[in-house]
Amino acid sequence: MIAIVDYDMGNVASVANMLKRIGAPVPVLTRDPEVLRKASKIILPGVGSFDKGMRNLTEFGLRPALEEAAQERRVPVLGICLGMQLLTKSSEEGAEPGLGWIDATTMRFRFPPQSGLKIPHMGWNHVTAPRPNPLIRGDERSRFYFVHGYYVECSRPEDVIGTARYGFDFTCAVNRENIYGVQFHPEKSHKFGMALLEGFVGI
Amino acid sequence: MALKRIMPCLLFDGRALVKTVRFRNPQYIGDPINAIKIYNEKEVDELVLLDITASREKRPPHFDRIRDCASECFMPFTYGGGVQSIDQFARLYRLGVEKVVVNTLCLTSPGTVREATHHYGASSVVGAVDYRKTFLSGQQVYSASGGRTRMGLVEHCRYLADDLGVGEILLYSVDRDGTWTGYDVETIRTVGEAVAVPLIACGGAGNVKHLRQVLEETPANAAALGSMAVYQKQGMGVLINFPQRRLILDED
Repeated sequence: MIAIVDYDMGNVASVANMLKRIGAPVPVLTRDPEVLRKASKIILPGVGSFDKGMRNLTEFGLRPALEEAAQERRVPVLGICLGMQLLTKSSEEGAEPGLGWIDATTMRFRFPPQSGLKIPHMGWNHVTAPRPNPLIRGDERSRFYFVHGYYVECSRPEDVIGTARYGFDFTCAVNRENIYGVQFHPEKSHKFGMALLEGFVGI
Repeated sequence: MALKRIMPCLLFDGRALVKTVRFRNPQYIGDPINAIKIYNEKEVDELVLLDITASREKRPPHFDRIRDCASECFMPFTYGGGVQSIDQFARLYRLGVEKVVVNTLCLTSPGTVREATHHYGASSVVGAVDYRKTFLSGQQVYSASGGRTRMGLVEHCRYLADDLGVGEILLYSVDRDGTWTGYDVETIRTVGEAVAVPLIACGGAGNVKHLRQVLEETPANAAALGSMAVYQKQGMGVLINFPQRRLILDED
């Protein structure tokens, strides 16, 4: 069973709808730790601030069940947008420590005013894959929809499975063992997002 | 890098989707959820839904309907209509709306728009400008639902971007709305060259050539289409449809 963590960080219904659309087993939107303990895959979506996201996971009592699933049972976990940032050790956006499952930190975009680059980075952008992986195909020019003011910087280059260009080439998708994260919104990126979720479902 | 976008601009009257001609005579189109499901299949770049009666009737957005639409959208969802307070912006973003469109509010309460762009970021707020040609003074800002401005069209668009901080402008020609006669390329070019923020051109799309023209020959970053996306052809029945991106843009 695929569990989508619903921890009050935005409307996550479109993720569930897209999974249904691609014919995946019906996912469960949940904030019940017992459901997470039984999940065979977990999706951690989310929009909003880093600290609020971490606090909500703690307040809803989801941390132990998530840790157990990710670290002991080693089920595939996919963080989306803020969900990806929560996989890192910390963020420049907040003071709370992150989940730390990916050896990375979340950084603020900083561009000089004359660059003309606005923050947040918002809109469709091309994504390239530095190595073959189940989520992003390297053989086509995939487009995905982004909305974010912070990005993930990995300590280990081999954890990077997707980059996009916004002022510079930043990491927009990560993977270490069973842990996956994408900065963009597959659930708002129609066929490209469906292909990505199919890849995750197929792991 | 900003990729060019092509998007349906759907009009909602508080109950169902409708389509107007020159902002008048709304004709029933159908249920928004059914339409969105079809646009998902058509892989549209974004979807704009405008509640055209909310401000006029001084009622708030239909939050429940908007949440249902956002849940069905497999593409970014942009909503406008009846937004009056900063709390309503917050609520819409929580429901899964990516961008909120403001039009009347820019005229009646510009401070609220400024607060919203400051709080949620310029790219989460779209300033919509309806305009039409007047006999004496050329292209003028048209206010359908109250409020007015003394500024000319270009000046008003600049004010939205520079003073109110909107991240994008939806430029909607009243005269071309529902006419299938092509975009008002001249005005779109003039405004596009004058403002620093991305421009969504709206009003008049009737065929693929019109779309290609506005995206190639003007600074517009996005083309929105109404009638073409909801009718089979001009003067014919309702058919939710959408042109293929590759027929409009030369990409790899």
